[in-house]
Formats: sequence, structure tokens, C-alpha cells
Amino acid sequence: MYAVDPRQTSSTAWADHWLGIDVGSDIALANTIAREIIAQGLHDESFIEHATSGFDEYQESVEPWTLEEGERVTGVPAAAIQDLAHAYGKAETAQLLWTLGITEHYTAADNVFSLINLALLTGHVGRYGSGLVPLRGQNNVQGGGDMGALPNKLPGGQDVTDDKHRGKFEAEWGVKLNPKPGWHLAQMFDAMERGDLHSLYIIGENPVQSEADGARARRVLESLDHLVVQEIHMTATAELADVVLPAAVGWVESEGTVTSSERRVQRVRKAVDPPGEARDDIDILVAMANRLGQSWPDTTANEAWDELRSLSPWHGGMSYERLEALGGLQWPCPDEDHPGSLFLHGRLWEEPRGGPPAPFTPVEWKPPIDELSDEFPIRLTTGRHLDGFNTGVQSSRFRAPRRKGATVDLSPQDGESLGLEAGDLARVTSRRGSVLAPVAIEPGLREGLAFMTVHYPDEVDVNVLTLDEWDPKSGTAEFKATAVRIERES
Amino acid sequence: MDLRHLTAQPSDAERAAVDRLLTAEGLGNGDDTPGRTAVGGRTAADRRDLLLPAFHALNDAIGWISEGGLGYVCERLSVPPAEAYGVAGFYDQFTFEERIEVVRVCDDIVCGPFADQLIAGLDGIEVERSPCLGRCEQAPVAFVHQPGFRRTEVAPATPQAVLEHEATSTTTHIGVIGDSVLLARVGQVDPESLESYRAAGGYQALQRAIDEGADAVLDRIEAARLRGRGGASFPAAAKWGAVAGAGGDKIVVCNADESEPGTFKDRVLMEEDPFAVLEGMTLAAFVTGAERGFLYVRGEYPLAERRMVGAIEEARAAGLLGDDVAGGGFSFDVEVRRGAGAYICGEETSLFNSVEGLRGEPRAKPPFPTQEGLFGLPTVVNNVETLVGAVAITMDQDGGTKLFALSGAVAEPGLYEAPLGVTVAALIEAAGGSTGDIQAVLVGGAAGKFLRGDDLDKTLDHGSEPPLGSGAVVVFNTDTDMEQIVDRIARFFRDESCGKCVPCRVGTIRQVEALERLADGSDEGETLDDLAAVLRDASICGLGQLAAEAVQSALDLDLIGGERG
Repeated sequence: MYAVDPRQTSSTAWADHWLGIDVGSDIALANTIAREIIAQGLHDESFIEHATSGFDEYQESVEPWTLEEGERVTGVPAAAIQDLAHAYGKAETAQLLWTLGITEHYTAADNVFSLINLALLTGHVGRYGSGLVPLRGQNNVQGGGDMGALPNKLPGGQDVTDDKHRGKFEAEWGVKLNPKPGWHLAQMFDAMERGDLHSLYIIGENPVQSEADGARARRVLESLDHLVVQEIHMTATAELADVVLPAAVGWVESEGTVTSSERRVQRVRKAVDPPGEARDDIDILVAMANRLGQSWPDTTANEAWDELRSLSPWHGGMSYERLEALGGLQWPCPDEDHPGSLFLHGRLWEEPRGGPPAPFTPVEWKPPIDELSDEFPIRLTTGRHLDGFNTGVQSSRFRAPRRKGATVDLSPQDGESLGLEAGDLARVTSRRGSVLAPVAIEPGLREGLAFMTVHYPDEVDVNVLTLDEWDPKSGTAEFKATAVRIERES
Repeated sequence: MDLRHLTAQPSDAERAAVDRLLTAEGLGNGDDTPGRTAVGGRTAADRRDLLLPAFHALNDAIGWISEGGLGYVCERLSVPPAEAYGVAGFYDQFTFEERIEVVRVCDDIVCGPFADQLIAGLDGIEVERSPCLGRCEQAPVAFVHQPGFRRTEVAPATPQAVLEHEATSTTTHIGVIGDSVLLARVGQVDPESLESYRAAGGYQALQRAIDEGADAVLDRIEAARLRGRGGASFPAAAKWGAVAGAGGDKIVVCNADESEPGTFKDRVLMEEDPFAVLEGMTLAAFVTGAERGFLYVRGEYPLAERRMVGAIEEARAAGLLGDDVAGGGFSFDVEVRRGAGAYICGEETSLFNSVEGLRGEPRAKPPFPTQEGLFGLPTVVNNVETLVGAVAITMDQDGGTKLFALSGAVAEPGLYEAPLGVTVAALIEAAGGSTGDIQAVLVGGAAGKFLRGDDLDKTLDHGSEPPLGSGAVVVFNTDTDMEQIVDRIARFFRDESCGKCVPCRVGTIRQVEALERLADGSDEGETLDDLAAVLRDASICGLGQLAAEAVQSALDLDLIGGERG
């Protein structure tokens, strides 16, 4: 296990090798690894020939990324990059796993493409034990997208712009559907700011505290004509709402399913009744529809799921009975005789290949937008603690033995040069805003790198500092790379 | 210390000490490129054997194992804190209490009479009473541990010498009855010079082995009937032959955890003739096909450890370790591991566990070490003296001499070489006779047996009665309170029992209690006999099996408890 992370964290301690990369240099690292793999002949030529397209352009695009250039841009010693390249290139099976360190950049999609390229280069995809694994931060991120909570998708990954796909849903539901993709989150905020979007119904999200450039998020939400928030707690966002709909918790208070990172659908079951006036999400949505003039019947989770199965080929074979008996199933699972799919992209290995070739996508490295300067010399990156979860709506309500609260973590070297010790109050200032936070000294950070978590927005609102410049391909903001200045607050 | 949540951070000194060790072992924390690379995970967890060295690194640096230091070692080696705590707590030399410097004063069977007076003279500094420190011929003995500086053996120890950390300057008296084989080079060669060792005939045995082949060496060892000199007298050729016949990776271990009270022969060999020990290990490696060697030296022997480390480095530089040893087409290298104050680790399977970073508790046998030893691999484990004997035998020298450590009430305490079959009386005579009338002699250390002063014509050989044991011979004159000596032996086993098996864990405590009642005039014969039977029959290793031997012989010989009826 190799861990690539700007910080030396408790997770990297479990890795056999840690590579301390500079924030925002992921593509440089991937391209350097690719060039080394090709230079050593460790790439899988027959797989490339059989299953991919665009290799020549890709090879050309990574050609400048010598080990020396990789070291210069990433900060990781050339020997360590070479070691990782050889290990990945020679491995019988290998997986690339990632999470927000790859995707919370304005180059998010390109970062992911750079990893996909590596898997295609070595054939570490579509086979047992190999693959590309975006680890999800919650138990059901995958399921949310699969169920159609994406602006351009219907449930089961079916495209709203595809007449055939859309037609199937229109026939089942007896309504016409808008064929145009909706806005993603960042686009919605832009639309609200422009005044094109003036009413909002938020279910289970706390954007006042989770959005980059939090001051703007609050301002925009406050300017809405009407805001409805359906939540399990009275969050900072719910505080702004005209109507708050108290909802049951997805875990233990609700029936249904969740889908994990490996596309495995599993049952969740209700164990206790929700407190007070809180109601199940399905009940709330059905009641909402009926107040809007529809006449939807009371619907159980199982009934909603069976409707989904009739519309989504991925899920067709996943009855509650089978999910229960088999401990979950991985999609695609089109019918009840189907065992589920252990991995995707197996078609790339079929003879003859199933479907079109998988394209290499040459990507160029671009430095983080928020440049370091004499005024803002320290790179701040944000992230999570083991016992914290996002803005703390759920996790800050219980005690945890290792919780250290909101701090700005500094390397021992920076602590010394800034005259800051653990517990001192520091002012952290970016080009957008300024916050106060107590200092913690972290040996896992190197000089010039600072870290803050997003878990305690009520104490330290980190996203006042971050940049909401978002990736045009994925809509993700640049949470991970902020230029700041840190001073003692006297 | 809440072991689930170690939150304390290591100090810079602790971090540096651990980093230095792990970097040298290839588990660097990006020392050349700070903040950029590190090695951990399974790669680190696979080096669990570095746990004990890491604790030594902390202990040497600051003198104790702090929560921050423990946590850092755990983090770097991927060891759960509770397990690491259990390992560190196993050893006498480690403590979780903050301290700066500690002086250990031996109060065992030889040094005991001097201990109280010495400790009284050390008023105001932290003193721990210690079992035998293995320098009995220069009694009394103390051991000074100065964190961040050095560990020093002080003997003969006076309060002033201890306070000034004055290292032992005298050398061990050497005596020989008949031919000198094992001690031939002691005092004659410079122990820090490979050249000097070679000039005295060193490494000719290895060359001969390479020239004539492994089988020829094995035949000689077998013909000479070389038997283990650590106390168990197991035929060396049988071990070597078994491991030579095994496939795959193999290991040679030199058991230099000499901790039997009254025994100091291995220490003298390592201090004065370290290359011979190393040549013996290399010979064993050549015969068995082992490529890795471990020398486990007791933590109370800093000079012996330094000499062995120096010899290994010099041999490595001269091509006598490493790839293609001595041009003989085989590979072998040796790592030194330091014990940390645990008698049980002289038991071979406990030693394996200790090296592997586990608590030094014995394993059930079978499997025997030649089948599954260190790291689960076929392992030859030999005592220091045995290996030096193998070198001599390879050169056609007499394999029938034995080292005897004489101490206590003799005119010239020291290390004596004599033919097997020598009488106790002859050894005492060689040591200039007794000082005062002899009341009793303890043969074989705490795990051995007493002889009465008027019964010293007993011969000492493999399989003799009393058993040869480690070759320790401690003489007590009529001034000695034998009750105190026997009580000290019983307390020694109580303190050193690892606690793994019930007969030993409970039996050694009950034996001490029964002896206390005996001293008060109670009739405890039956209880002590019962305890002895349980210890002998039901303990899983030699420590428990022999824990009642000396006590029983003292009772049988009426040295304590009045006339036995």
C-alpha cells in the first residue's frame, strides 16, 4: 500500500510507503508515473492495443514528465516516484483508491482522468483484484447518484437527454419530463446569485457551512424568496429556512437500501421510531406531492424500490428478498437470475472486446488557482478528522476521546518561525476572508503546509477562507488548495 | 496510560532515537527528505523484531518508556499499543515511571553479602536490587545506566566507584587445568583486532571447513561428541545435522543471554575472544546453510556487546560476513539483539519470542527449534561456549574441556578451563583453595544443586550428579547463612518466572512462602516436596522444572531446615 497525501496522517502510517505530495500536483505525479512505466516497458501493450484508444497522444502528453520534472513539481523525491511507478507497473493486480484529495480541486475531473489513464496503461482495470475505486465519504453517496440525484441523470444512470430513457419514465409516471439537464450545486448558487433561482428545497444538506466561500453561500441563501429545508437537526442552513421539515434519520429510523463504493446495494432497516414530529423521507415527499395536487398513495420503501427495479436495468434483479439472502448485490444486476457484477469494465478483456475502446484522456497539470505569494505564503488544505463528519451536523453531537476541536495545524517549523505554539490563537487570512483559530503543532505537516478541518463551522468557519472556483467538468470547488497568511492574534 | 488512546507526543530526543534505529534498518521516515516519504504499514509491521531494539533506543536515550515514546514506536512499527506495552513491561530494564539515572546493585548469591552495605553508601540516588550481573569473580557488582550517555558495569563496586561511574578496570582471572583450548586466546589477543585474532590462528577453522566441506565439519563435531554448554548438554551435531537437512531459509542463533547466577564464562569469551564466537556462528551457518544469524546478548553485558558488535563490523568489512563469506560461496550475516533483563530469555524459545518482539515467554515443544525456531524457520541455537568449542574441534583440538566459573569463598575467583570429569575439589584447589572452611558448593547456578563441603570429590561432566549445568561453581564457607542463600535462590525464580504456566507462576511464589515459614521453625518438608514435584513435572520450560532443585538439595543435605527425617 502506497499512500499519497500532502500530510503524514495516521492513515499514511498504515501504508508501506508514504509520498508527501505538494497540494494540487496530482496530475504531475500521475503523468510522471506513466512516463516511467512506459520508459521501463512496464505498460501492458496487448491490453492497450485490445481495449484502449488514444495511447499515442497520451504517450506524447506524458513525455515531458521525467522523474526530475515530477520531483520538481510534486516535491516527492524522484526515487520514491520511481519506486511507486515500478510497484504499480509490475503488480499482478493493483487498485487505485481515492477520495476528496483528488476531487476537491478545480481540476477534479482531470485528476481522475490522470488516474484512469494509469489503470488503462497497465491493464489494472476490469479484472478481479484490480480497479479504480473512488472511496465514498458516506455509506450512500454512490446510491444517491444511482437513484438519480444528479442534474443530468434519471435513476439507474439513465440520461435525461436520451428520449428512449426519458420516455420509459414518462410512460411509467404518466407525465412529461424536462429533457434538459438541471443545474449542479455550483451552478445553482450562481443562478441564485443572478436571481434566476429564487426558491429552493434542500434535503439533508448544510450548504451554509459546507460550501466554499461560506460568506457568499449565506448571502445567496438569505436572498431567496423561499427556502424549504428537510433535515434531521436544526442546522445553520435550516435556521435560514421559511419552512423546516423534520425528517427521520436514514440509519435506524428508516427502511430502505444504501449503495457502497463497490456498487453493492444493501438493506437498511428501521429499528426505532423517529422522535417528535420527524417523519420518514418517503412520507414527507408523498405528502408534499399530494399538497401539490397529486394523489399519490402511501408508499412503503419496498414499493418505491420495486418501482425503481422496474425502471433501472442495473437494479432489476435486486429484490429485497435477494438482498437479504445474499447480503447485498452489486449492480449491474438486471434480473433475478443474475448474480450481480463483481467488477465493471470486464468487457475490456473480452474477446472480441465488448463495446467501444476505453479512451486515454491526456491531461495537463495546472497549478492551484490560489497562488502562494509573499502576502499569502502558506498552503492551507482542508480535510477530515477520524471522528468528525463534514460540518459536524451529526458528529459534533457526541463526545469522542480523540477529538481536538477546531484548530489550525502547523508544521513544527512554521510554528517556530511564526512564534506560535500549541494553544495560541492565530489569525488565518486568505484573499477572501479571515478567521481565528487555536494553533496545533503537527509533526505530520512540513514547512509551508497548514491544515484545518471542516467539522466545526460554529467555532471556526474554514470555508470563509476557501475558494469557490469550481471545476467546469465536475462542479467541485477548490477546497483543498488555499493560499493563506497566518499571524499571532494578540 | 490509556492504551487505546495514546495522545502524548514523543519528545525530540525520543523521536530521534527511534528514527535513528529505524532508518538504519531501512524503515526511514524520510530523513533525507523530511516531510516527503516514510515507510510504515505492513512493511513496518513485518519488522516487529525491531520492537525490543526500539525500546532500548528509548531507554538508552532518556532512561524510561514514556507514553509519547511508546506511542511513537507503535506508530512507526504498526504495533498495537497494548501489545507493545505488554512487551516493554515484560523486561526489568524498562520502566514506565520517569527516571533519570538508575544504579542496579547485585544482591544475588555471590554479591548478596555486600549489597546492603553498598546500597547504604549510595544514599540519595535511585537504586534497584538486581539478580546476578554476571561478574561474580569481581564481586560486588553494580550496573549504572546513564540515559543519553552509557551503561557501565562497576566491579568491584564501592560507593565511590559507583558514584563516579567507574568502569571495571580489572580483568577476569583465568586458570587452566591441563590443556587450554577454549581460553587459549583469552588475554593473548587484542579482542578489538581481527588481525590479532588471525595471527593467533583465527578463521583457520572456517577456511578448513570451506576446503573440506560441511559434512567433514559435521563428522568432526559428532566424533568429538560436542554437547551444549548452556546447561542442557544437547549434542550439537544433532542440531546442526537436523537444520542442515531442512529446506528453505534457516537461522543460526547464538544464545549469549548468560543469566544463570554465578555464571560468567560466556561474558569473558565475548569480551576477550569475540571473533572466535563469530567464527563459531559462521561455521554453524556454513554447515547448516543458514544465511541469517542472531546473537542475543544479555542487557547487563555492555562491554561484551560492544566487543561483539565491533567484531561483526570488522568481519563484515573483511568479507568474513556478508555475501560470499571468505570466498567460500555462501552468504551469512549476524545481527546483535540485546536482552533487557529477563532470565527466562535464556530459554531458547523465549529467546525467539523476545527477538520477534513478543513477550519473552517460552513456546511449547515440539516443534523444536530445528523444526520451527526463530521466525518459524529451522534454527540452530547454540551457547557461546559451544560455538567456540566447535571452532576448536574443527581444528582437531580437544573438544573435551569445559569452562567453570568459580566464585565466592575461593582465593582466586575466576574462569577456569578443565577437562570434563574434573572434581569439584580439584577446581577449588586450582582457584587457590577456599577462604575459610567450606560449608557448601552450589554447582550449576540457581538451577543447579548444592554439595556439602565434605563431599567435593564429585566429578563434573555431562550427565553427572550433581548436573554440570552452566559450569558455575559457587563456594560458601562456614560464615555463610545458607538460609539466606536458599531464600535468595527461591526469590530469584519467583521474580523471574514469566507467568505463562501456572505451576511455575504459583509454585515459585509458594516455595518462597514455605521457606519463610521453614525459617520460623515450621515443618514445611512435605509442602516443599509437593511443590518441587509439581514444578518439575508440570512446568513447560526449564525455568520452572529446575526451580526447586537447589532448594531440594539444600534440604536433602540438611543445609537448611535442620536434620531431614
